[in-house]
Amino acid sequence: MRAPFVLTDLPIPADPPFPIPTQAGAVTTFEGRVRDNDHGHHVSRLEYSAYATLAEKEGAKIVAEAILRHGLLAAACVHRVGDLVPGDTAIRVWAVSPHRLEAFQGCAFIVDEIKARVPIWKRETYVDGRAEWVACNHPPR
Amino acid sequence: MTIHLEYFASLREQRGLANETIATTDPDARALYTSLRERHGFSLSAEHLRVAVNDDFCDWDRPLSDGDRVVFLPPVAGG
Repeated sequence: MRAPFVLTDLPIPADPPFPIPTQAGAVTTFEGRVRDNDHGHHVSRLEYSAYATLAEKEGAKIVAEAILRHGLLAAACVHRVGDLVPGDTAIRVWAVSPHRLEAFQGCAFIVDEIKARVPIWKRETYVDGRAEWVACNHPPR
Repeated sequence: MTIHLEYFASLREQRGLANETIATTDPDARALYTSLRERHGFSLSAEHLRVAVNDDFCDWDRPLSDGDRVVFLPPVAGG
């Protein structure tokens, strides 16, 4: 199996990067996309940059935590870096479990923890030409 | 001692560099960031950052050693 958390500068494949075991009764996929607006600003494009070594380490840790905590059969995440435009897929998360509840919860856990913990940054450029590094609202942890 | 610094996001923009190697006598990560902030006018205070040494998150009071690779991390915004 490929690494459970991968950064890529290419479009993210729709299929999970692992075979789905036959014990699985549920597969959830979360797809996060670039919006054309943020806090009332019209976004024309954005750039993701990452501290790759630590991002892949922390991302893999989060996926492993999700598998343990929610009893998943498998899980993975792929996150884009580089230049994106509205409508592009920025992140995909897959969670696989025997029954649906664990797959939903495990998938949500992975997305939430990635947003809070993985060293990836986003620079939005607005249609009026301004650009800024977006700071999320939660305190560091 | 010699410390290797790498900058990301707003810190990279404010420093105007992706990385640099410096000589310092600052004993720990907090003291080093305080010195750098004074020198370069970084807008974020340490409370808004996390710190990593040699590709692992660590505490601000972590003592620094010669040759350490230090990264100060602005608030993240992935996903």
